[in-house]
Amino acid sequence: MKILVCISHVPDTTTKIQFDAEGKALNKAGVTFIVCPYDEFALSRAAELKEKQGANITILCVGKAEVDPTIRKAIAIVGDQAVRIDAEPLDAFFVAKQIAEYAKTQSFDLIMFGKESIDFNGSQVSGMVAELLDLPDISFATSIDINGNTATLTREIDGGKEEIVCDLPLVLSAQKGLAEWRIANVKGIMAARTKPIQVITPVDIPYYTQTIKLTQPPAKQGCIYLKPDETDKLVQILSEKGAL
Amino acid sequence: MAILVFAENVNGTFKKPTFEALSYASVVAKNLGTEVHAVAFGTASDEQYQNLATHGASKIFVINHPALASFIGPAYASGIATVAKQTQSQIVVIPQTYNGRAVAPRVAVKLDAAMFSGVTSLIAKSGNGYEVQRSAYSLKAIETTSTQRDKLVITLKSNAYKVEKNPASGLVENFVFEPSARDLLLKPQRVIKASSKISLTEADIVVSAGRGLKGPENWGMIEELADLLGAATACSKPVADVEWRPHHEHVGQTGIQISPNVYIAIGISGAIQHLAGVSSSKTIVVINSDPEAPFFKAADVGIVGDAFQVVPALIQSVKKYKASH
Ligand SMILES: Cc1cc2nc3c(=O)[nH]c(=O)nc-3n(C[C@H](O)[C@H](O)[C@H](O)COP(=O)(O)OP(=O)(O)OC[C@H]3O[C@@H](n4cnc5c(N)ncnc54)[C@H](O)[C@@H]3O)c2cc1C
Ligand SMILES: Nc1ncnc2c1ncn2[C@@H]1O[C@H](COP(=O)(O)O)[C@@H](O)[C@H]1O
Repeated sequence: MKILVCISHVPDTTTKIQFDAEGKALNKAGVTFIVCPYDEFALSRAAELKEKQGANITILCVGKAEVDPTIRKAIAIVGDQAVRIDAEPLDAFFVAKQIAEYAKTQSFDLIMFGKESIDFNGSQVSGMVAELLDLPDISFATSIDINGNTATLTREIDGGKEEIVCDLPLVLSAQKGLAEWRIANVKGIMAARTKPIQVITPVDIPYYTQTIKLTQPPAKQGCIYLKPDETDKLVQILSEKGAL
Repeated sequence: MAILVFAENVNGTFKKPTFEALSYASVVAKNLGTEVHAVAFGTASDEQYQNLATHGASKIFVINHPALASFIGPAYASGIATVAKQTQSQIVVIPQTYNGRAVAPRVAVKLDAAMFSGVTSLIAKSGNGYEVQRSAYSLKAIETTSTQRDKLVITLKSNAYKVEKNPASGLVENFVFEPSARDLLLKPQRVIKASSKISLTEADIVVSAGRGLKGPENWGMIEELADLLGAATACSKPVADVEWRPHHEHVGQTGIQISPNVYIAIGISGAIQHLAGVSSSKTIVVINSDPEAPFFKAADVGIVGDAFQVVPALIQSVKKYKASH
């Protein structure tokens, strides 16, 4: 089985988000970058599938050389080889087309994504890649088991879960539950240092969207403090907010 | 040219996110000088379709195909894109539900449209294209973004736009759409309903608790408060991790993102990853025994106190209020 796991390189979850002077991009000074936590669910499940039934795993990231350390973090969890498509990932459609062009040259049985990148929270790339490759896709997958050529998955839906069966090849996006996060062990980290990252030239296509401005969300007015015995007052406030 | 809204129904009932999307699309349509169409799958009662009309749909295209009785993402995306093409809709508005988010990117590719997700503002014209605002960096930023494509697909953030009545003609039209074999590769088996009575993503009020509650046996008062308020219950990640509460209640960066009208956080510290899922709630109430808990910085109303005293007192106050109103 050949598995592709696509990862995005995102600011650590504890990062205070600040912008550059122009207000158009993240101020990267002092920011630690990580593998998107949802992509880690995909990586962890890929590692389990590899242990259980054998698989060859490729890691793919669209980004400039700055993302190489993040790719190595992913390889340390699981990965037989890695590919970097050498372009700025400024737009989901652009990223999806790059990934689809690469995937067309291979024959993956399973292509895995995170449910969303925690920078632009788009939940776009996986569905776009699936459509570009004319493959079925299951988003917000909370489990996958593979038996021969057939996969059984559950996906999150409003108010519960749904069970779906589908033959490979297929595309999924990982929701929490797909696997427990794995911490890379020393052996993995050492091995990741020497695994090659193949750098590919991007296909020449336009970005469909442009960021004009990034701003902080409006600050809270400040907290109104009530005493522990002022719950009647709290109920009054709740009723004014339409909660009763 | 029209604006097409994906009207998602669950067993024949259209829900709040659909009405938000229609209300939103009506204003955008008025600004752009056009009208709103809806596309729905399966069957629903006349009364249900009338409800779409009341909220702004001048036409309702119904795709009633035996293979599409339950949701199949790729096939629904094909159906929506087919309607959009035939009716020359330049803009498709999709509610940001799980199913909405599953179809939107495929619709965008089929239409070769630009796509924005989690949109929080009206769509404005910008040159040949459009401009919107959306939330980014897990609610830590607002992005203003634009496209020069003349076709656009958006998902509308839940609770970002109020449901409003906007009566339109609501002509129901049967739309013949034949899914391809490749559209039907996913075989839905069954739905496993979450035990909670009110779905978290749709809830107007959410009562949430964290590790401060000490153990699963103490959730009785949380459930009682939620019941009284007609609220859904939620929890922090560690609480779901140790299985004090079911996983589907976990909110935050790696859980469910919600933006209810009122979020009540009890015994939750307010770690940045937790806030990433809840900070766009309209009103945040924090009950925590530690005056230094970071959650107070994000709160509108705070009570520094012991949950085991404050919550039972709050339950009594709600009961008292209800008895007198
Ligand atoms: C990559 C990553 C992703 C994460 N994603 C999420 C996520 O999606 N959601 C999430 O919630 N967390 C997430 N976390 C974890 C997060 O960092 C915090 O550890 C977690 O939110 C803390 O949960 P808590 O507030 O319930 O517990 P604690 O931090 O232990 O806080 C308990 C609080 O209860 C208060 N308390 C104690 N006793 C009482 C009492 N009697 N009455 C009132 N208050 C009391 C304490 O003062 C304290 O503030 C993530 C972490 C990482 C690294
Ligand atoms: N630059 C990128 N390179 C490779 N994969 C990506 C990239 N950006 C996003 N992805 C993948 O697409 C998923 C969804 O991203 P998004 O649509 O941006 O929310 C992520 O969780 C990754 O799996």
